[in-house]
Amino acid sequence: MDIVVTVKMIPDLVEELEVNAEGTDLERAGLRLRLNEFDEHALEEALCLKDRHQARVTVVALDTGDVDETLYTCLARGADRALKVTGAFAGGVASRAMAAVLARVLDEVPHDLVLAGVQAADDRDGQVGVLLAAMRGVPHVSVVTGVEVLGDRMVLARQEYAGGLQAELEVDLPAVLGVQAARQAPRYAPVSRVRQLMKTATLDAVPAPAVEAAAGSTVTRLARPAGGARAEMLDGSPEEIADRLVAILDERGLVRR
Amino acid sequence: MSAPGTTERDVAVVVEHLDGRIAEVSFEMLARGRTLATATGGRLVAVVAGPDARRLAGELGAADAVAVVEHATLAHYTPEAYLHAHRAALERLAPRVTLVASSSMGLDQAAGLAVALDWPLCAYCTDVRVEDGALVAVSQIYGGKLVAEARVDGPRAVCALLPGAGPPPTGGGTGAPAVEEIPAPDLGAARIRFRRLVAPEAGDVDIAREGILVSVGRGIQSQDNLPLVEALAEALGAAVSASRPIVDQGWLPKSRQVGKSGLTVKPRLYLAVGISGAPEHLEGMRGAELIVAINQDPGAPIFDVAHYGVAADLFDVLPALTEKLKARA
Repeated sequence: MDIVVTVKMIPDLVEELEVNAEGTDLERAGLRLRLNEFDEHALEEALCLKDRHQARVTVVALDTGDVDETLYTCLARGADRALKVTGAFAGGVASRAMAAVLARVLDEVPHDLVLAGVQAADDRDGQVGVLLAAMRGVPHVSVVTGVEVLGDRMVLARQEYAGGLQAELEVDLPAVLGVQAARQAPRYAPVSRVRQLMKTATLDAVPAPAVEAAAGSTVTRLARPAGGARAEMLDGSPEEIADRLVAILDERGLVRR
Repeated sequence: MSAPGTTERDVAVVVEHLDGRIAEVSFEMLARGRTLATATGGRLVAVVAGPDARRLAGELGAADAVAVVEHATLAHYTPEAYLHAHRAALERLAPRVTLVASSSMGLDQAAGLAVALDWPLCAYCTDVRVEDGALVAVSQIYGGKLVAEARVDGPRAVCALLPGAGPPPTGGGTGAPAVEEIPAPDLGAARIRFRRLVAPEAGDVDIAREGILVSVGRGIQSQDNLPLVEALAEALGAAVSASRPIVDQGWLPKSRQVGKSGLTVKPRLYLAVGISGAPEHLEGMRGAELIVAINQDPGAPIFDVAHYGVAADLFDVLPALTEKLKARA
């Protein structure tokens, strides 16, 4: 079975995010990117399937910057092939455009099952996996927390609803699944292994095909959320803060005596 | 059916249901849709697909009209069959705006519909409004750290709304909306087939019933640090819950997860430790009576819903707080 995992780099949310001078996009100079964590789960689920069914796993990413080391890391974790789609993506790329590019790239990449992270922190105009499936006219299931192979042309996908309720769905291949969480925590690749692969392995690269896919909307303003009812912030030393908190809880009868 | 050309101001809401019951989130979407329909000057139309969609229409008195698509293949939710059915309805209705909840089913439907109908899509919306005839969608992105206001092109659009971002829903309403029957499309050979629903495994603790929760997030950094949180919970007589990354890492069981794909909790005290407050998490806990958040990042969205906030290193504050509480006991 050929499994393709689509991954994308997103701003590291641990860092402070600056808005550009126009107030319409991130200030991308010096922006630190990291692999979308849901994509890490998509890769992990693919690798779990590979462990059991001898699948071949190809990771595909658009070259939005900082992507090489991430792709080597994917190889170090166990992916068989890494494919970088090159193009003018450094200024960020909308989900619909990304999906349109990937939809064309998949013409040339063997795939039975495509796994994508269920969502990403920057997909303002939709989630890449669903968009990709719709563009290719194949079935799609979102919020998947486990995949089992049911035969050559079929998988079982567990779709999760609110409250942890799950539906088991049989899905004919080819299909795209949006992975919320792999069956286990994403595996770790030792840095030494990544370094070694950076010297010995090669990343495949293809130029992005020309596509027409407007997001259909234009950001006019990017800003921090309007501070409505913000929390009352407590300052001081840890002891002072702890004293204040105990007093606040005590007032409401929330402290055991 | 409405005559062609008269629906260009309508607001459609894609209604979800499970086990024969309308999802609460859909009533919320209808309430949001009502505000928008007032602004557009159109009707509020609920779209329901299902094996007994007409029966469900009886619960949708909040809408001006209900478009129903009935078919035996829709006996259980599958992303594919429901997408075909919703698409058929929306093609006929051609509303100005289609609202979908940002839920599991909504994730399937919103983007699927937008591509199938070739309409723009705005995701994670906290607000959708009309300004000078143009549609403006406000999306919460980057884990809720930033909001993007966007002008939406064209005469139609799909907007996926974040649950919990608007006023609480007021229920089904008492109106008697006209029911418009949409012929079911050819659902053909289904490529996705429903097998069964699986209830979540019961945990050792039911966090939805606990009065005090100490909830731990990514800021705890390592499983080895969980005892710090457990000690604080012990001192407070609280249960430990968690945000999604902690559960995805396997550090705590699924039954402890608060948020969109976990449980919704309304304890007397919700003490969030190292939780940044992504929209999916806030959805599950914003109803708590008292919310206290401890997080290193003063810009974390959790401080937008918390009553009291501490922007400091949790590894300093937690032990101090635990000690003070133990001294009181």
